[in-house]
Amino acid sequence: MKDQRLKIVNYSLLLIFLALLIYASLGLSPRGDLNSWVNREESAAHSPNAATYYIRHAYHDTHSPNMVTAILADYRGYDTLGEETVILTAGIICFLLLRRERRKTKNSKNKEIKAEK
Amino acid sequence: MKEAENNPIVSLIASIVSPFIMLFGLYVIFHGHYSPGGGFQGGTLLAASIILIRLAHSSHTGQLQFPAKLGTPLGSLGVLIYYGTGLAALWWGGQFLNYAFLPLAEEISLRRSWGILLVEIGVGLAVMAILVSIFDDLLEEEDHD
Amino acid sequence: MIEFFLGHYAYWFVLILLVIGLYGMIIKHNLVKKVIGLSIFQVAIILFFIASSTKWEATVPVLANHHEKIQAAAYINPLPHTLMLTAIVVGVATSGVSFALLILTYRRYKTLNETELLKRMSEEDAE
Repeated sequence: MKDQRLKIVNYSLLLIFLALLIYASLGLSPRGDLNSWVNREESAAHSPNAATYYIRHAYHDTHSPNMVTAILADYRGYDTLGEETVILTAGIICFLLLRRERRKTKNSKNKEIKAEK
Repeated sequence: MKEAENNPIVSLIASIVSPFIMLFGLYVIFHGHYSPGGGFQGGTLLAASIILIRLAHSSHTGQLQFPAKLGTPLGSLGVLIYYGTGLAALWWGGQFLNYAFLPLAEEISLRRSWGILLVEIGVGLAVMAILVSIFDDLLEEEDHD
Repeated sequence: MIEFFLGHYAYWFVLILLVIGLYGMIIKHNLVKKVIGLSIFQVAIILFFIASSTKWEATVPVLANHHEKIQAAAYINPLPHTLMLTAIVVGVATSGVSFALLILTYRRYKTLNETELLKRMSEEDAE
């Protein structure tokens, strides 16, 4: 009974979440609109818009026609540095979690064998 | 890893395809300036070619190609290449990660281009090594159970 | 009305995908299915960013001809692509960490079912 009620609450929460999201999406500018804030020449604070600036200046600044690479490694190099550190941290966490556990189980197995003897 | 029955067709096709995937990964890293690509995508392709060999052959063959203990050192080396590029710019009198101060070429834009290439190599190396090492770690325990 | 629909339907598909991911995380009791839901949630957010970077009649953000004056309207927005590119690889690494944690959980409690897991944990505390 209690599980049933919890299930109803969960599903209704999901539906309310979907309704809220769709309501929020009605306020977005349509896809591909050149007049939406992300695609304008000037941002809301009257500074040059980042994306448009990158498109105009990427080749002149970095001599690489691929703007994504230019942004990734040059304009936003700090960002990529952080992401790469996150990847290294994830790898090291996997290493530490699983390798240390293996040594432990080996020791416990040895102990079990000794105890049996 | 569990020793599956080695299907000869699967191992043969994997052996043939894997070097081409690796070559394509290198192409994606080094041609990232001129076509869609870069360190992250190329590193993932390199990792895919190594993991393909590990899946298709016995774990022993995969270890011969890329030993599991190399994963973390190579990943750290990739991150160090990235930090080293930034610190080299600092050394030659600029700001951290400002490639315009690296004495690699005459023009400023070409210097930035070389700096991007160095950074992408570091990213590709780190991503490849870390993905392979995560794969190895997740399958580590199987033969002991 | 039809124009509004054509401009927004991609967002709605992404939102449905987002709710599917949340469904996996909330309703399902198996921890592996929860991680799969997490991945679906992440992919939905990545697709949302990519969908919002479109411009009609524009091409990929690789410069075709650098001798002419560069038209900003001719190339789609490169900034979301850059951010999501890193997010994908970081997502793979973090899902690796979550699977490592699941392996450890399974080794200790010999189950991945959430209710069963909570029961065994409280039993262990009682001992």
